[in-house]
Amino acid sequence: MNTGIRERIVATIQSKPVVLFMKGNKAVPQCGFSAQVVGILTRERVDFLDVDVLADPELRQGLKEFSSWPTFPQLYIGGKLVGGADIVTALSQSGELGRLLAAS
Amino acid sequence: MVDALRSRMTMPADEVRERIASAFPAAQIEVVDLTGTQDHYQARIVSAAFAGKSIIEQHQLVYRALGDAMDGPIHALALETITPATLTLPKGGV
Repeated sequence: MNTGIRERIVATIQSKPVVLFMKGNKAVPQCGFSAQVVGILTRERVDFLDVDVLADPELRQGLKEFSSWPTFPQLYIGGKLVGGADIVTALSQSGELGRLLAAS
Repeated sequence: MVDALRSRMTMPADEVRERIASAFPAAQIEVVDLTGTQDHYQARIVSAAFAGKSIIEQHQLVYRALGDAMDGPIHALALETITPATLTLPKGGV
């Protein structure tokens, strides 16, 4: 991964407390798993930045390496990777997501 | 090498297990081909290396071990990561 893309990723995850890298955007998700996480964040009434990785192949590939995570969506809270759709769903059901968001 | 792996469409279960085993030598590893098409897998890994780590950190360790295989031959991977200590805990209930 080149330095430029790494710097862009770091700047993006630090630009807002909650950042969702997804397929499509929050208004029009292009994948069921991305839509699922948008739905959860919307129910949590949290303001988040949505970044469409389909529109940016270089960012998409760079994020896989940066996150050591091969799939999307990827939810970052407070600059740290929280997980994809499975983990975010589990954290939402256990109530832990609410605590993470409140602390962010 | 990297491009060769990314262009591969499938990976046999044994090779998936070997890649994981190379990163977790003492682990108990089960790899199941969910669809019989060598590209949708379920893996259950019991390793002391997961101790003290969050689920996401545990899964990151496995994804790092698989590397570029996740970019081509493996299309889907359902992961279950377990520590030996958790395994010996009573299940509860009954």
